[in-house]
Amino acid sequence: METIDFQLITYLERNIDMKLHYYDGTDRVINIIDQEEPFPDGRLIVSRTDTMGILTHCNQSFIDMSGYTEEELIGKNHYILRHPDMPAAAFKGLWSTVKEGGKWDGYVKNLRKDGSYYWVHAVVIPNVRNGNIVGYTSVRRKPSRKKINQCISLYAEMLAEEG
Amino acid sequence: MPFVLSVSPDFTPKHIAGWYVFNTWLQRQTELAFHVELYNSFIKQREAIAADEIDLIYANPYDAAMLVREKGFVALAAPLNKADEAVIVCNNNYPIDAIENLQTDLSIVTTDDPDVHLMGMMMLEPADLNADNTNIQEKDSYVLVAKQLLQQKADIGFFLKEAYYDLSALIRDELRVLIASEIFVIRHILLAGPKLQQHHQQLESLLVNMQDNPKGADVLKTMGLRGWETQTQEDTEFMIDLMDTL
Repeated sequence: METIDFQLITYLERNIDMKLHYYDGTDRVINIIDQEEPFPDGRLIVSRTDTMGILTHCNQSFIDMSGYTEEELIGKNHYILRHPDMPAAAFKGLWSTVKEGGKWDGYVKNLRKDGSYYWVHAVVIPNVRNGNIVGYTSVRRKPSRKKINQCISLYAEMLAEEG
Repeated sequence: MPFVLSVSPDFTPKHIAGWYVFNTWLQRQTELAFHVELYNSFIKQREAIAADEIDLIYANPYDAAMLVREKGFVALAAPLNKADEAVIVCNNNYPIDAIENLQTDLSIVTTDDPDVHLMGMMMLEPADLNADNTNIQEKDSYVLVAKQLLQQKADIGFFLKEAYYDLSALIRDELRVLIASEIFVIRHILLAGPKLQQHHQQLESLLVNMQDNPKGADVLKTMGLRGWETQTQEDTEFMIDLMDTL
């Protein structure tokens, strides 16, 4: 199975139009806004992708929090949510874990369509059918502020190391 | 030997009779012999499942993984518009009004209802609370959970939403909901075991059409259900995957 590298190549400046480059050669420009959207109480954000990270299912909470419509999401790569403050190493760990059949959990800052963000505690598992991985399910829940604050520092250090 | 029909021990007491009525209806419709076997705890029911003593079960989603992946059960149907949701409740006099303000050493009263407990613990995560930094006491019923809260012998309690709103208004007036889940996709499912394999299609067809038949609709009412809808194998696998993430 191919390894997917979710690294963003270009990271320009905050709070202005940023050009984000993805592993598959595509890019897009988005205005990053330093504004947090609170995670809704009692909800779960659920999505499924195929083995290449292409969205095949998302629930209403996913749609509401992402700011996209369902039509805009299904068929798109999951990296559409990737915030430039997230270090590549975090996602590398995610993909290597789930591709080996394991469960990954971590704290993720996600990018909304309007450029703002929301934090989640994400758990990702492979969907195993007849012994084969046919996709992945990701379930996100509300994280604690303490964990978010720890991750803000950690991810900043990791990003600095990644240059 | 009749087939054995069992119901998840978290069924609401007012609907016990409904499952016996369902059993009678099912026997008439299928001309198969079924016997209802109820258990007062999840542990006892799991022992019976392990011993292959159950053939048809209205199962808690937490047990679905074991039934499907280890015991070869297949989902026949799921209740129409009836998701399992949890609420975290406290006494009206409890001084906290937001989950994030709850502190360690919190006293939690819960039942052995596994999916409600999972959802309840998940909703405490924003306060960094978990099994290691809280005190959890388990009671046999939601009425006893409410009693602990009324007597202020616990800080918060976990309830199946339906069970909480089944409590009398008098009791609920003394309590307060701190948070309610809105997950929508976690629900009980009716699963058939390997011994019923040749009847799966017949059972599934009867169930999904049950609400269209006046007698079937009456039976559903006594069970507190609106009807059944098809639950595909992939629907079940998806729910099992989702439960694995909690």
